[in-house]
Amino acid sequence: MSHVGIVLVSHSEKAASGIREILEQVVGEIPVEAAGGLEGGEIGTNYERIQAAIQNIHSEKGTIVFYDIGSAQMNAEMAIETLGFENVHLASAPILEGAYLAAVESSIGKSVEEIFASLNKEFK
Amino acid sequence: MNFEVSHALDWVNRINEKIQDNKGELTSLDQAIGDGDHGINMSRGFQEAVNKISGEDYSDVSGVWKDIATTLMSKVGGASGPLYGTVFLKMSTAVKGVENIDSQTFSSALKEAVSGIKQRGKAEAGEKTMLDVWEPLADKMSEVQDFDRQLILDTARSSMESTKDLVATKGRAAYLKERSKGHIDPGAMSSYYVFEALADCIKGDE
Repeated sequence: MSHVGIVLVSHSEKAASGIREILEQVVGEIPVEAAGGLEGGEIGTNYERIQAAIQNIHSEKGTIVFYDIGSAQMNAEMAIETLGFENVHLASAPILEGAYLAAVESSIGKSVEEIFASLNKEFK
Repeated sequence: MNFEVSHALDWVNRINEKIQDNKGELTSLDQAIGDGDHGINMSRGFQEAVNKISGEDYSDVSGVWKDIATTLMSKVGGASGPLYGTVFLKMSTAVKGVENIDSQTFSSALKEAVSGIKQRGKAEAGEKTMLDVWEPLADKMSEVQDFDRQLILDTARSSMESTKDLVATKGRAAYLKERSKGHIDPGAMSSYYVFEALADCIKGDE
């Protein structure tokens, strides 16, 4: 059974991979990709990294992209638009709490629509 | 005059020179009301853009702007990457296939860039951003028949300076609210250099 994928866009490579660790520890095997920081570990967001992360885990079940501050949203939007994949969505919920909720729901086979309904309810 | 490939190459080289020369100033403006990375980000991005175009052979302006756009998007980091990347990408698309880029074509390309900034940054005029320089420039340039160096310089300077009294509602500066007043917006400042460079590179060809 395939699961909805989760991409974590953060200014920090460590923050993105740290959140991925939490999700993997608590929820287990679901597709999660961290797209944090710039080349060389610098702080920032990079749309090519985000594109690569989406490409790595995207399936017909869909992908949800969470982001942190400032340019993260713009770079994530640009990555999604330029890839042009079906069923890739940006979520405005807090990156850690939102991705955690999404990971739990993805692990039990929920769809992108169902996960967004829960996110909207929890983080309105 | 028409805006040729040679102008496009000269333009980005001059932007880069100005950004490198004023890197410290952009950083201190950004330290005052932002996160302090504008100088570093812009100098890295435009240096990479210059490196990218210097080895290439271009048949049209659209191609130059496209390469600048993709380089800025991937190399700048921070919000300026997607925003400046969008600017050059929109301008590249606007002039694609156009044989002679006269001042009217150029100003319609600027208008495309302006709508790109609005869409990507979800920004409107008067919010103390780069848009407050780009929009007046696009408007003023569309009102005249030819490239007008003095008009470009005057409009860029006055609109950049006018951001000083605005209160930021976008980006990191928005958290400071009233405290953002009294500082020129760093994105407006770098945009001023972009247009000062444009004025320099059309000098003598008007």
